[in-house]
Amino acid sequence: MTKAPHPQIVTANHLLDGDVIYLTEALDWTRQITAAAVAHDALRAHTLLDEAQSRPHEAVGPYLAPVTLDPQGRAAPLHFRELYRTTGPTFLRDEAPHV
Amino acid sequence: MYDYTAFDAAFVRDRVAQFRDQVERRISGALTEDEFKPLRLMNGLYLQLHAYMLRVAIPYGTLNGAQMRQLAMIADRWDRGYGHFTTRQNIQFNWPKLRDVPDMLDALADVEMHAIQTSGNCIRNVTTDQFAGAAADEIADPRPVAELIRQWSTDHPEFTWLPRKFKIAITGSPHDRAVTRAHDIGLRMLRNAAGEEGFEVLVGGGLGRTPMLGKVVRDFLPRADLLPYLEAILQTYNLLGRRDNKYKARIKILVHETGIETLRAMIEDAFAENRRSFAPVDPALLERLEAAFAPPDFEPPAAVPQFLSPALRSFMDTNLHPHRLGHYASVTVSLKPVGGAPGDATSDQMRLLADLAETYAHDELRVSHEQNIILPHVPRRHLPSLFARLQAAGLATANVGLVSDIIACPGMDYCALATARSIPVAQRIARAFEDIDRQHDIGALKIKISGCINACGHHHVGHIGILGLEKAGVESYQITLGGDGTETAAIGERAGPGFSWDEIVPAVERLIGAYLDLRHGRAESFLEVYRRLGAAPFKAALYPEAAERRAHAG
Ligand code: SF4
Repeated sequence: MTKAPHPQIVTANHLLDGDVIYLTEALDWTRQITAAAVAHDALRAHTLLDEAQSRPHEAVGPYLAPVTLDPQGRAAPLHFRELYRTTGPTFLRDEAPHV
Repeated sequence: MYDYTAFDAAFVRDRVAQFRDQVERRISGALTEDEFKPLRLMNGLYLQLHAYMLRVAIPYGTLNGAQMRQLAMIADRWDRGYGHFTTRQNIQFNWPKLRDVPDMLDALADVEMHAIQTSGNCIRNVTTDQFAGAAADEIADPRPVAELIRQWSTDHPEFTWLPRKFKIAITGSPHDRAVTRAHDIGLRMLRNAAGEEGFEVLVGGGLGRTPMLGKVVRDFLPRADLLPYLEAILQTYNLLGRRDNKYKARIKILVHETGIETLRAMIEDAFAENRRSFAPVDPALLERLEAAFAPPDFEPPAAVPQFLSPALRSFMDTNLHPHRLGHYASVTVSLKPVGGAPGDATSDQMRLLADLAETYAHDELRVSHEQNIILPHVPRRHLPSLFARLQAAGLATANVGLVSDIIACPGMDYCALATARSIPVAQRIARAFEDIDRQHDIGALKIKISGCINACGHHHVGHIGILGLEKAGVESYQITLGGDGTETAAIGERAGPGFSWDEIVPAVERLIGAYLDLRHGRAESFLEVYRRLGAAPFKAALYPEAAERRAHAG
């Protein structure tokens, strides 16, 4: 079994509201990346992805995203795009209040 | 305003009903995402990074108070209380829920609006000069022509599945405020020696991955020949445009690969054919279109208040555009307050703009490709009261055409295609140049920012263009210099290696510092200095270490 260079998670957008969602160990969807199921090898990653793809009426466009792990072993974004997907529009947070 | 006919109204309602059914079938599982996606895109519904996004057409950027108020209502009821005005003169709602979208579309239809052809490989919303019908320098109002094109292109059976999206821009003025040379087809109104109205036709312009300026394919096209000629261009493109490679599918590549001469000959052949077979446009329709865009009932000249506050005078310096009537002006309301997201307006601001249009400006509003809102017909006597109300609402930023009047696409704060963020870069630049007197001193300067190579932020035609990319896992910003989107159009030149998130604002500050040192007084703009001296002194300012190394080596 080949080891993926980084652990991976499955993420997508929720069909009804478009929210960023992650697949959990219980094969549910969560909006918290920290609750995402972490795949440590390619086989597990693809099993999770297959599961997500078999549920097209819950999730749109599922894909595998590489992550790092926090000290508790929970997923944390690796790429800045995934980071922004967890935060929402960054300027609403970093810059002057929008409204 | 163009008012819907019974046909238009029924057509739009039918489309909403059809889409309602499609949404239900997607939710029930009867349609897969692969089946649904092209259908939702045809109705302006995208899936972005954090949510769906609904792109609503504002044909040729024209709307009235009731329509603006309805956009505010939609923002409040089904979105998060704001909307984003785009470089395509459209508005985007960033947070709709899938189930609500048919209701949003019905609410749009209530005020004769829709989201059709705001996506997909079809002829998109025709864009034009935001001062159309008002500008002092205009030959004729281009909007009746834009509307004619809209009617011809909407649901055109032959052009619904083009090789790629297709954009047409039209200007009625020799001063090009519609960036016509960066569109698949650009139309410029002019008069021939005999005084007849017609168009110079440009073809093959476009930004994106391979930026190109449109080439003249016809010096003078009589107005009556417009549709058969446009149809000839589209037929030729539809037949020959590449479908094998998305990045080579735009007509600009066809022009580039085939050569304008060959293409011109083919278009002329098709045109000759069309001219024989095309039924001439019904004169009653043309009359109706002209009447729909007839000027409002202008008031007679009246005294303008004697005393104008310094703040108002400063606002008038930048935010007013000459109207064809001396006692009127076109007022640009800047959607670029320091700290704001370029082009965003809250529902309260939209309602205020609707009120102001109705109270002071013959109930007309425009959206500019520069992401501002225009009141095209304001009697000058109303300027003090209008300004006071804008000021009270924080909408009186006197920065139109200045360094903080930045175009920025949504970038990676919203857009699924983005490679980097653009809105916060614009905000940081605006904050660095916050002092409005300093902005007025720097003078005319167009900064345009895109969050990826698709160039929705028109960075190639910014005097300073900024393109956000990803490099080695972080955001990196590439600068282009000397771009221009007007009648003296030019594609900006790449300055050199990109800048990191932390470096990009200081880099822009160095560029502007260099300009201030180099200019022959305030009358010489950034672009003029660039054209006089070329890129070298600006590159030296951007990359001082490289310049130093060269000096040592020399
Ligand atoms: S330029 Fe790229 S990032 Fe910006 S809106 Fe267009 S596609 Fe999105």
